[in-house]
Amino acid sequence: MNIFVCVKQVPDTETKVKPSGDGTFIDTTSIKWIMNPYDEFAVEQALLVKQTNASANITVVRVGSVKDTEALRTAMAMGADDAILVQADDNLDSYMIAKALKGAIDKSGKKPDLILTGKQAIDDDCLQVPQLLAQMLNLPSVSVVVGFEDGGKLKLKRETEGGSLEIYEVDKPAVVACNKGLNTPRYASLPGIMKAKKKPMTEFKLADVGVSDADRRVKYSNFQLPPEKPPGKKMDATDTAKQKDVVKQVVQLLRNEAKAI
Amino acid sequence: MNFDFTTEQKEIKELALKFVKNEIIPKAQEYDEKGIFPKEEFKKAWEIGLINTCIPAEYGGAGFSNVDSILISETLAYGCMGMNTSFMANDLALLPIVIGGSHEQKQKWLTPFTENFKIASFCLTEPNNGSDAAGIQTTFKDEGSHWVINGNKMWITNAGHADLFVVYGTIDPSLKHKGISAVVVEKGTPGIELGKKEDKMGHRSSDTRGIRFNNVKVPKENMLGKPGAGWAIAMATLDHSRPLVASSAVGGAQRALDLAVQYAKERNQFGVNIGKHQAIQMMLSDMAMKTEAARLLTYKAAAMADQKIKNTEIASYAKAFAADSCMQITTDAVQIYGGYGYSKEYPVEKLMRDAKLIQIYEGTSQIQRLVIARELLNK
Ligand SMILES: Cc1cc2nc3c(=O)[nH]c(=O)nc-3n(C[C@H](O)[C@H](O)[C@H](O)COP(=O)(O)OP(=O)(O)OC[C@H]3O[C@@H](n4cnc5c(N)ncnc54)[C@H](O)[C@@H]3O)c2cc1C
Repeated sequence: MNIFVCVKQVPDTETKVKPSGDGTFIDTTSIKWIMNPYDEFAVEQALLVKQTNASANITVVRVGSVKDTEALRTAMAMGADDAILVQADDNLDSYMIAKALKGAIDKSGKKPDLILTGKQAIDDDCLQVPQLLAQMLNLPSVSVVVGFEDGGKLKLKRETEGGSLEIYEVDKPAVVACNKGLNTPRYASLPGIMKAKKKPMTEFKLADVGVSDADRRVKYSNFQLPPEKPPGKKMDATDTAKQKDVVKQVVQLLRNEAKAI
Repeated sequence: MNFDFTTEQKEIKELALKFVKNEIIPKAQEYDEKGIFPKEEFKKAWEIGLINTCIPAEYGGAGFSNVDSILISETLAYGCMGMNTSFMANDLALLPIVIGGSHEQKQKWLTPFTENFKIASFCLTEPNNGSDAAGIQTTFKDEGSHWVINGNKMWITNAGHADLFVVYGTIDPSLKHKGISAVVVEKGTPGIELGKKEDKMGHRSSDTRGIRFNNVKVPKENMLGKPGAGWAIAMATLDHSRPLVASSAVGGAQRALDLAVQYAKERNQFGVNIGKHQAIQMMLSDMAMKTEAARLLTYKAAAMADQKIKNTEIASYAKAFAADSCMQITTDAVQIYGGYGYSKEYPVEKLMRDAKLIQIYEGTSQIQRLVIARELLNK
């Protein structure tokens, strides 16, 4: 059984992000990268499947720059068997990434039985890659998955708005995009880190997996930090005589300025 | 000269930091206040390989270098110096076996620590002998096939939970340090009486007790090295363990610095962040310089041990400088937090209480200076 887990490397949530000089992306020079937290659920799910199916092979795939391979090494230290890195700039759009992932899976020579991803990446929050990838591979896909059972067919629980659950029965192969709550990702272990050194990592160029800049659907041009929040307004309502007036003012502000009512 | 860590070392540090952020920092304040022993965290840390870093690969350990070990210890202490005392005590107790034990002894006592989660205690200090360790009065009496242990130990970390005790005593008090020997005592051996858990100023989650050895019989083969070899084993152990303890101070200092920097950016007085006031800036700069200087000394002492270069003097520099710096830095962190720093609602007062112990155990700051002076003057 071949399991592919797609992982993205994202800036650590504690990193202060700023736009690059030309505004076409973020400045990546001093960013600390981590594995996208939702992808950890995907890696853990693959490892859980492998626990009951020792012959399963877990390949982690990442599209991104080579500078750091943190996410892939972490996944292998957690227990994944091998890795594929598609070398690319970090500013690809969702379509290019999905196409590159498909290309990498095709090129690996292994027929996928299961593809796991996180439900979204916490940097650009696009929530598109799993569905695009499934479409390109012509496979079923379920996203926001919080329950996973493999009894020949997959029984997947997915969370919907308002906290209710939908249950899907899906044929394999399928693309499953994992959400928090699905499992508790294990830590990599120190022996795992040592073993990961010896695990194979295949590297492809974007061109090797059939992606070029012509595939770009979204061009980034003007990254900006969100405007600083204006300071809050204070009104003095300690004097009972003034309270009526203050309430009126607040309602006016909520209506005209904040447009909240 | 190269100050860089290897990729694996960076990954080890990342893993330890992740563990610390998820498992240690959220618990540290509560465990300190209530004096809860961090057994679960200890076990989880063991499961991912962060504990017993001194055990050689030959006996089931990861085969870490001294530098690797202190990288881990520094990071664990960043989360909580107190919990790290419990964790580190395992290494302190196992190091004499690594250094002075025979192949059979290592197989018998080190390997089980890699197979199952176990806790160990290092028993040197006595009620009447702390700094003057060569004066210890616990006796090992030769009874043919056994040693019979009698004496009192004091301030023993992990005592209430230990599966194994490495105990220092003398075969003849008149021999002074030439009579010092070390034996391994397993939990449950008749005659071990544990004292009450000490109520401490800091490191309150760690379990510290007196122990009375009352006619405790252990087989002859439980002695590490020959009778009288204990002093040499203890001294060699310190060359490895002092950098380890120093790293705990470095971790604590780094935490205090990080918290102080963050607070200086947030707290407003006189219409600006307090970080804009030069007096605060000077304090922060001193804290940063001392933290890094302590770190470099500590890693140097460990790297020397890895290269099998005698590091006694540098290890004492590292231990004293890191501990004294940590005390100053944590005190300054409280100062930068002002009144809030003095409250248990904020994390810095605990750092200040925890820092104090590092100036005391594993050789006080005064004793480190004695060691340094002795090395200097005897050259
Ligand atoms: C929480 C805690 C945990 C500990 N854990 C362990 C453990 O696991 N195992 C273990 O064996 N021990 C442990 N210790 C003991 C610790 O190592 C000793 O407390 C330490 O070595 C100091 O000994 P003492 O307390 O007897 O102080 P003393 O030796 O009585 O020292 C008192 C003061 O006199 C100074 N002094 C002493 N001699 C000289 C001198 N010649 N010149 C100048 N100044 C001097 C000291 O620096 C100190 O300031 C622990 C202690 C504590 C508090």
